[in-house]
Amino acid sequence: MAKTDIIIHDKKDNVGVIVVEKVSKGQDCGCWIMENDASNNIKSEAEIPLGHKIALQDFKEGDTIIKYGHDIGKVVKSIKKGDHVHVHNVKTKKW
Amino acid sequence: MVKMDIPKSFLGYKRENGRAGTRNHVIILPVDDISNACAEAVSNNIKGTIALPHSYGRLQFGADLELHFRTMIGTGKNPNVAAVIVIGIEPKWTKRIVDAIAKTGKPVEGFSIEGVGDIDTIAKVSKKAQEFSMWASEKQREECPISDLWISVKCGESDTTSGLASNPTVGNLMDKLEPLGVHLCFGETSELTGAENVCAKRGKTKEAQDKFMKTWSSYNDFILKEATNDLSESQPTAGNIAGGLTTIEEKAFGNFQKIGSREFIDVLEPAEEPSKGKGLYFMDTSSAAAECVTLQAAGGFNIHLFPTGQGNIIGNPIEPVIKLTANPLTAKTMSEHIDLDVSKILSREMNLDQAGDELIKATLKVANGRLTCAEALGHKEFVMTKLYRSA
Repeated sequence: MAKTDIIIHDKKDNVGVIVVEKVSKGQDCGCWIMENDASNNIKSEAEIPLGHKIALQDFKEGDTIIKYGHDIGKVVKSIKKGDHVHVHNVKTKKW
Repeated sequence: MVKMDIPKSFLGYKRENGRAGTRNHVIILPVDDISNACAEAVSNNIKGTIALPHSYGRLQFGADLELHFRTMIGTGKNPNVAAVIVIGIEPKWTKRIVDAIAKTGKPVEGFSIEGVGDIDTIAKVSKKAQEFSMWASEKQREECPISDLWISVKCGESDTTSGLASNPTVGNLMDKLEPLGVHLCFGETSELTGAENVCAKRGKTKEAQDKFMKTWSSYNDFILKEATNDLSESQPTAGNIAGGLTTIEEKAFGNFQKIGSREFIDVLEPAEEPSKGKGLYFMDTSSAAAECVTLQAAGGFNIHLFPTGQGNIIGNPIEPVIKLTANPLTAKTMSEHIDLDVSKILSREMNLDQAGDELIKATLKVANGRLTCAEALGHKEFVMTKLYRSA
C-alpha cells in the first residue's frame, strides 16, 4: 500500500484532507478515497498542514466546495488545483 | 478477520427504580448560586460526597425556570448518583426538587438556609451527608445487562480528523450497540447547521423528522437574530479553524458522523428524559461542551463518548466522559486527556471496524469503574443552560 498523504471522503468530493504532519510545495501526494477504496496522486502547490484541505481541481469564485459528498461552502477567491483551501478562499453559505 | 464478541453485560450499581449506574456518587446539589458556599463546605467536611456548584437558580421564570428544575431534578435522578442532598436558600423550590428526585426511590433530603444561616445548615447537612456517604459506600457493583448503558455523545475542539475518523468511530460503536438495546443520545442543534436536511431524514418517523426541523429552525432563528457578525470565531471556533475546518457546513457533516447509520426515534427538550424506549434520541442542546453534557446527564445518560480533534479537556461530575482522538499530534501533546487514540485510522494501520471495537472495550472498562482521564484530572464541569435573562 502506497503512503497515504491525503484522504478523500467521497468520490464526488473536490477537496481532500492532509493526514500527515504536512505536505510540502511541489510534493507528489498519495490520495485515498474512503468511499470506493480508490487511490490516485496529486501534486501539492503549497505547504499544507495536517487536517487542512487541498484542492483537487481548479475553482473560480462562486464555485461550490464538496466534501462528504455535500455542499460545505462557496469559493470567494479562485483556487488552483493543489492549493490550500481554507477560510482565505472559502466561506459558509449559511451565516 | 474474526468479529469481536461484544460483552453482553457490565458491572454497575443497581438502583431502586431499575436503572443502573456506572458510578456511585453522593451529590450535594445547590438549588441556587447563593447556596454554593454551603454545598461546598459540606462536601469538604464529608468524604465521598461531591458538590455541584453552578451560577443560577434565582428569579428565573417561564421555560428558563422549567429547564433549571429539569436539569436539577434530572441530575439527582441520574443512576450514577446513589443519594442526593439538596440545599436552597428557600424551602419551596428545594422541596420541589427533592420530591421529584424521591420518586426514583433513592435517598434524598432537602435543606434551606433562610432563617438558619450557613453555619448551622452546614452542621445539620454534614450529619445527613455522612450518613448517605457511608450508606452508599456499602453498595457493590453487580452484573447488569449492556442495555442498561445509556450512552450520550458530543464532540469538541473538532478538526477535520474528527469527521474523518474519531466521529465515525463513535458511529461504528452506535451501529454495533444499538441492536443490543442501549439508549443513545446526540445533540448540538446549532452544529448540525448545513447538514440539517440530511440529519432530519434520519428521523425514524415523519413526526420525529418534523420535530427535528422545527427544533433546528427555532435555534437557527435565535442565532441569526442575536448574531452581530458572520459568527466567525464562534462557529467554527478559532480552534476548529486552526485544525482545518473552514465552514459550519463542513463542521456539521463531520459532527453528524457520530450517529453512524442510525435513525433517531424522538427529539428531546434540553435535559428531558427519553420515554420511547431503547434507541437513538436527538436532544436540543447548545454545542458548548459542558452545557451539552450537563443536559445529557440530566436526561439520564450514564456514560459519555467525546471525540476531539484539537484537544477538548471537558469532564462532568456525574457522567464519566471518555475522550478519543484521531489527531496524532493531539494524542501526543495532550495524552493525559485522551482515553483512546484512534489516529492509526489516518495512517490506515487501523480500520473503522477495529476502532469501533476498541471504543466498545474502552467504554465497558469505564462502565465497570476505570477512571476516565477527565475524572483522574478532576474535571467536573457542571454548567446550566440558561435560555434568557432572569426577572
